[in-house]
Amino acid sequence: MTTANPQALIMPADWRDFFALTKPGVMRLVIFTAICGMLAAPGSIHPVLGFTAILCIAVGAGGAAALNQWWEADLDAVMKRTAGRPIPGGRMDRTSARDFGFALSGLSVMTMGIAISWLAAAILAFSIFYYSWIYTVWLKPRTPQNIVIGGGAGAFPPLIGWVAVTGDITLMPVLLFLIIFMWTPPHFWALALFVQIDYSKAGIPMMPVVAGERSTRRQILAYAVILLPLSMAPWFIGGTGMLYGLAAFLLSGMFLWLSIRVGLRTATPGDGMKPEKRLFAYSIFYLFILFAMLVADRFATLYGLQS
Amino acid sequence: MIQPSDSPMLNAAETAALRTRQKARNKVMGLILGFLVLLFFSISIVKITAKQPHAPAQGAEAEAGQADHS
Repeated sequence: MTTANPQALIMPADWRDFFALTKPGVMRLVIFTAICGMLAAPGSIHPVLGFTAILCIAVGAGGAAALNQWWEADLDAVMKRTAGRPIPGGRMDRTSARDFGFALSGLSVMTMGIAISWLAAAILAFSIFYYSWIYTVWLKPRTPQNIVIGGGAGAFPPLIGWVAVTGDITLMPVLLFLIIFMWTPPHFWALALFVQIDYSKAGIPMMPVVAGERSTRRQILAYAVILLPLSMAPWFIGGTGMLYGLAAFLLSGMFLWLSIRVGLRTATPGDGMKPEKRLFAYSIFYLFILFAMLVADRFATLYGLQS
Repeated sequence: MIQPSDSPMLNAAETAALRTRQKARNKVMGLILGFLVLLFFSISIVKITAKQPHAPAQGAEAEAGQADHS
């Protein structure tokens, strides 16, 4: 195990480091999309049960993140972006992180099953397995397509939120899943383009490292092209109203425009990678607003502001 | 749990720091456990309340069953 300060391990880990293991930054988007999936679903759920479902999704995501950091501690130590995390930073031993991850995962799945439904619990369990095993252990070190398939892990929250309300899986929550699934590669590759030195040092076959910048840029563009009609699909199938359809068109149109600027250019040394940084920042804004519009559209329909 | 006595390398200041950290962890754990008690209590109340409309019917069925046997 690589630790920056082995002496620090004599001390029990601080509770803040356990909290940091859950990747609270990533969890914000997980919680937000799960709430949106829940609010956009037809039907209603008691506020206590709704809160419990969101809590389970968040805790499950935290458990998966802890297991991810337990497994990748050595890789994290090599990369500047992740070297300060609790395990490579020497503030926590690996076993504690593993046990914490399993405990959070188990608790979240069992609570979801008891309080909400066993279908929602099964999907939550699969999403934890998907991220901590299929993505972290299996795909990430093996294929440059790791982000494409691994993106599914982040796409589960709105699906689980929806299923918590309705109790079944229909086309709409699957579309919400697919939107995040298709959004993840351009979002992550935009980041990977300006931090690729880190990934190559850690030996992770990230797309810009393996296939080169040019191919990565073309693929970002390809995914952005697919995302435009896909994000509007909930409107096409009649699952949402005009408000969401128009918002999806404008937001995805802007996403495509920024992706074109990234996709068709060649970076020069010292150019600051501004288009890539702009696309990465916009991609986060995009997902927040798109899902917020999904909820706004549902309430607009409920209150008779649109048909 | 690591005790100060387990590690002869700890001096008085380090022992105090360890105790402070243990106290902080215990407080957080206590808060989490208290929150879970409240949460499961609330879930139980919601579930029981949601099932209440069926309760008289079940009682009526039981009474009817008893009547059949008598």
